[in-house]
Amino acid sequence: MIILQATQAPGAPAVATRIGEPNAVAMVFFFAFIAITIGITYWAARRTRTTEDFYAAARSITPGQNGFALAGDYMSAASFLGIAGLVSTTGFDGLIYSTGWLVGWPVVLFLIAEPLRNIGKYTFADVVAARLRQTPVRIAAALGTLATVTLYLIAQMVGAGGLIRLMFGLSYETAIVIVGAAMLAYVLFGGMIATTWVQIVKAGLLLGGAALLALMVLSKFGMNPVALFAAAADKYGAGVLAPGKLVAAPLDAISLGMALMFGTAGLPHILMRFYTVPDARTARRSVFFATGLIGAFYLMTFILGFGAMVLVGPDTIRQVEPGGNMAAPLLAELLGGTAFLGFIAAVAFATILAVVAGLTLSGAAALSHDLWVNVVRGGHASPAEQLKVARVATIGLGILAVVLGITFKGQNVAFMVGLAFAIAASANFPALVLAIFWRRYTTAGAVTSMVLGTVATLGLIWLSPTIQVDLLKHDAAWFPLKNPALVTIPLSFAAGIVVSLLTPRQEEAQGFVQLERRMHMGALEHEA
Amino acid sequence: MSEHRFRSLAETRWRIAVSLTAVMVAIYFGFILLIAYNKPLMGRLLTRGLSVGVLLGALVIVLSWVLTWVYVRWANTHYDAGLDQLRRAEAAQ
Repeated sequence: MIILQATQAPGAPAVATRIGEPNAVAMVFFFAFIAITIGITYWAARRTRTTEDFYAAARSITPGQNGFALAGDYMSAASFLGIAGLVSTTGFDGLIYSTGWLVGWPVVLFLIAEPLRNIGKYTFADVVAARLRQTPVRIAAALGTLATVTLYLIAQMVGAGGLIRLMFGLSYETAIVIVGAAMLAYVLFGGMIATTWVQIVKAGLLLGGAALLALMVLSKFGMNPVALFAAAADKYGAGVLAPGKLVAAPLDAISLGMALMFGTAGLPHILMRFYTVPDARTARRSVFFATGLIGAFYLMTFILGFGAMVLVGPDTIRQVEPGGNMAAPLLAELLGGTAFLGFIAAVAFATILAVVAGLTLSGAAALSHDLWVNVVRGGHASPAEQLKVARVATIGLGILAVVLGITFKGQNVAFMVGLAFAIAASANFPALVLAIFWRRYTTAGAVTSMVLGTVATLGLIWLSPTIQVDLLKHDAAWFPLKNPALVTIPLSFAAGIVVSLLTPRQEEAQGFVQLERRMHMGALEHEA
Repeated sequence: MSEHRFRSLAETRWRIAVSLTAVMVAIYFGFILLIAYNKPLMGRLLTRGLSVGVLLGALVIVLSWVLTWVYVRWANTHYDAGLDQLRRAEAAQ
């Protein structure tokens, strides 16, 4: 039962827009999406019998499919609505984000994707723990995974609640519960097979919707992006094509850039996708597709952002929502009427739903595969038990996501995405790189680098202006950077290296010979 | 013999991965540093509607594509062929 609220968001805009009113077209599209994805889930549920099906979609996904699924997992509503909004209100400064979100993908390809697929089974901890002591390494890796997933989930859930209230006129809590329930249905019954197909459908809708909108914008400017930028400069000054205040502090920009670039290669829900393909070669090709799709998407945000700036206007956009997040929906309404607004609104909802599903599945894998099966059970649990624990963990995380979403209602949680990337970059990425490429890495080194990476990132964020000044309204912060990655990534690498050198382990170094073989040649028949 | 070939293939793979990563880091942080330290250059207009900054921003995305293409091409031809050779050599033993 859906309860519609005809009331508008607080601070009702004087602008002629139907955003915030129940939109019949949005409802139709959204329920069509739910119907299709539940259908996929029903189909997938009958194919989900083993842990390999549940975590890794029976390793049956093709490179093109996985490229779309990776793009689907990565492109959140925050990047669609947030970056378009930022470009529409600040111009060039928004483009800094458009580029930052892509540059991690080549790094994933060069350093991580193939070794991960060849060495691991379901989680990135499989790779780090491969030749080290299972229990301590897996506990430390689960810490980094769960910290990343939880923060990312909070940001997505709070964003979902606010967005859906604004777009559909549903209450915040109703929206959160719908997202939680639909996501649980996908993951619980359809596992990775359903989650992958939800991502593919969502990525197709998001890319299609954005491309259609971009074409409609360009058609007003003779299909020439430069003419669009010129119109923006004519209307709002050449300053919109030049760097503004966003990068006032260079170190802040570098630190955020490091978090985005290296964090992508440490996001658990992204890494898990490489296990859904048959071999390292397909993993490689799937990143190629993903980079193409995601890059095209961020190039389109240039057009959408400047299009909204020229056609809708920054003042109107801020009036509807101060953060600028409604720029793309307003543009859709202007160019395609209420029906197109409804379509874009439904796409944004579907986007959040899909990202939340991917996050939950990767969190469930850390809890059940890493902590329960390999730590508590010492690697010996029956397939039936493994599947059962994975589903219990999924339900737990689903409830947690709803509770966190409601707890953080009304809080400014935008920084949490940057923080999740910082933890992924400082805890997961260094451990992966050192485990894959450095013979003398030891258990003590791995544990220190992952725990320190997580704890230092959380600690420094607490002491940063983001929390101390923006949230707690203190005058100054102890730590100057808004994102700690500039300090915590080198710290985590240094800790891993120094502690490994202080605790040399002959047998762990010897294990590297076999690991290196497996990293290139793949698992041998009898090992798989 | 096979061990030697494996070593050289592993080392080439590592060298290419690290070099390409370094190029990507240089491109992106070069872009960020230009924004941070040379705002007038980034704001300079090349033609009506196109500033150096907007062009370089789009170029960062295009170069990311080019680098992934370079790696995939190398790996699809040389790396995979080397691995196949190794597998055949070992199967023959």
